[in-house]
Amino acid sequence: MPSPPPGVSAADFATALRKFETAVGEQWVFKSDEDAALYRDAYSPERDEPTERLASAAVAPVTVDQVQQVVRIANEHKIPLYPISTGKNLGYGGSAPILSGSVVVDLKRMNRILSVDAGRCQAIVEPGVSYFDLYRYIQERDLEVWIDTPDPGWGSVVGNALDHGVGYTYGQYRDHFGSHCGMEVVLPNGELMRTGMAALANDAAWADYKYGFGPYVAGLFGQANFGIVTKMGFWLLPRPEAYRRGTVSVPKRRDIVALVEHVNYLENLGLIGMPGFRSPLGFAQAREPDLRALVAKPGGPSDEELDRFAESKGIPSWSVELQFYGPEKTIAGSWDYVQQRIGASIPGARFEEGVVYRFPLTVEQQAEVQRVHRLVDIGVPNMSIFAIAGGRTAQNPDSADGGQFYFAPMIPRTGEAILEANRVLGEAYRDAGLPYNQYFSAPACWHYRAFIMITSLPVSRLNPEINRRSRAAFRAIAQVAAEHGWGEYRSPPFGVDLVAGAYSFNDHALRRFCETLKDAVDPNGIIAAGRGGIWPKHLRGSRA
Amino acid sequence: MRTTWLSVLTLVCLAGAGAARAQPPEHDAQLAQGKRVYDYWCVPCHGPGLGLPGFNALPGTQQLEIKYRGTNVSPLLEERTDLVPEFVKVIVRQGVSFMPQFRKTEISDAELEAMAAYLARNNPPVR
Repeated sequence: MPSPPPGVSAADFATALRKFETAVGEQWVFKSDEDAALYRDAYSPERDEPTERLASAAVAPVTVDQVQQVVRIANEHKIPLYPISTGKNLGYGGSAPILSGSVVVDLKRMNRILSVDAGRCQAIVEPGVSYFDLYRYIQERDLEVWIDTPDPGWGSVVGNALDHGVGYTYGQYRDHFGSHCGMEVVLPNGELMRTGMAALANDAAWADYKYGFGPYVAGLFGQANFGIVTKMGFWLLPRPEAYRRGTVSVPKRRDIVALVEHVNYLENLGLIGMPGFRSPLGFAQAREPDLRALVAKPGGPSDEELDRFAESKGIPSWSVELQFYGPEKTIAGSWDYVQQRIGASIPGARFEEGVVYRFPLTVEQQAEVQRVHRLVDIGVPNMSIFAIAGGRTAQNPDSADGGQFYFAPMIPRTGEAILEANRVLGEAYRDAGLPYNQYFSAPACWHYRAFIMITSLPVSRLNPEINRRSRAAFRAIAQVAAEHGWGEYRSPPFGVDLVAGAYSFNDHALRRFCETLKDAVDPNGIIAAGRGGIWPKHLRGSRA
Repeated sequence: MRTTWLSVLTLVCLAGAGAARAQPPEHDAQLAQGKRVYDYWCVPCHGPGLGLPGFNALPGTQQLEIKYRGTNVSPLLEERTDLVPEFVKVIVRQGVSFMPQFRKTEISDAELEAMAAYLARNNPPVR
């Protein structure tokens, strides 16, 4: 018998577990310590510490009706629930709850792909459907649509969207919550609700139009705790005729300002998918001791010093990889336009032709694609990103360690902001005793109207000191970022209050509004306590 | 509640050599199920093929290539001849390095049994 959740008597908990078993079947209620441990966050930066967030038990419904029953039982006995989809939100909590002692509602068994309509470029899926599953479904039927996938393909299409996850193609698709259309939600009282056109008695236009009529409430179910989402519609890309890639390089450090303006223009017009900014000069540090010395000198290098070094070696200060999707002739024309536009504007800009593919690819072509770039760029889910998640190295081949979590502040989508963020965050990281590529860090462009200056912080299964240092650094750096107006777009569980607290306009009016809603729709506070920094009334003093 | 790495090693030692012995007819069906589970859950990281540009293998395979460099142990789990089912099960349920553990809603006990048997199918017979 597991320990009951906080504030729940052992008798009430035992009764609730028995009722869960009646609702979903005995084998789908996991209450042994061994089974509950399967819900630990594998990348927890609090591993084996008293604060590690642990489930008391888990329940795995397979139908919407079962989810409703679970919620009603939880209400009756005031059992805190924490829904997960596939449980692979690694770096942001994985399959663990934010509030220790919660019963995880594991939706992995709800894995039906309810529809894929290639003509209307849309799909409706349940939370247990992974990107791999949806991709395979489409491939097996040779449907002429693409998904936009995040790096790890085993994640939930629904869960990723609900955590504001991201992908790699055109902006309107790689914002995964933004690309959803219509959802079904079990509310905290067990009632079933749908949003948008899915709320019509005839839901034939479920994934055609987001807003339906009246207020758009779907946003309340992302990074929040106002219900358990059981279905979502998504917009898919039509399979493009071709893909083209090209790289633009610019010589001087401050050329990043003009380069970003051009790239923004291209993206805002819908001419490119996700741009990939890099600093070739930054990469050169590994092989250029003089550059390392320049960067390490007291006070750091000036822009002019970096430019002189870059010029002497013929290394560009910055580059951007551009992705084009569409008719072959059209995207060739777009690439020509890029070269004319930027070539006429930034002296010394260079242009490198990249790969060109026509779709559909053969298996052999797909293998060849992987030699040159990420498969996610062409909507193919995979797991290759885990190559950068730590683990064994040539120097430490026996390590059983690995994992990371992320610090992901949003900054304005300008070159000036990149330079400023690097200066500020570089100092903050240095103060925290952690490395940061201060002069050369480039932003991630997943959310297409802002930059994300994402960095990873190491997690250890074996060394709590590494975890304590990473947590302390996160707190310190997030504080500095907030002072500059840079809030995070996601957070590991231990950071939700800090991150949410930074969105503090007018004495935290946003948080107070969410708390008012929480009290109204979930008076017993049973759904996902702490998610999005929103706590039920009886736990507001505790915080994460 | 938490099996330690020492006990994982102990399991390996106690379990001895693999599962290859006179097999009942249903064994083939179990191996087929095990391969399906392996293909679905494990191959994306532990299969053959390239990883990210600059990496010559998928992440799980690449990690095991580092671990067994200089030995004759294959980095591809399907080619191994020394994987003890109990060891496979502990790794799947506990995770290791950046590989997370897998829940029973993902890989059931029966599926894990089948997958472990599949990975032990090449082991030499117990003497």
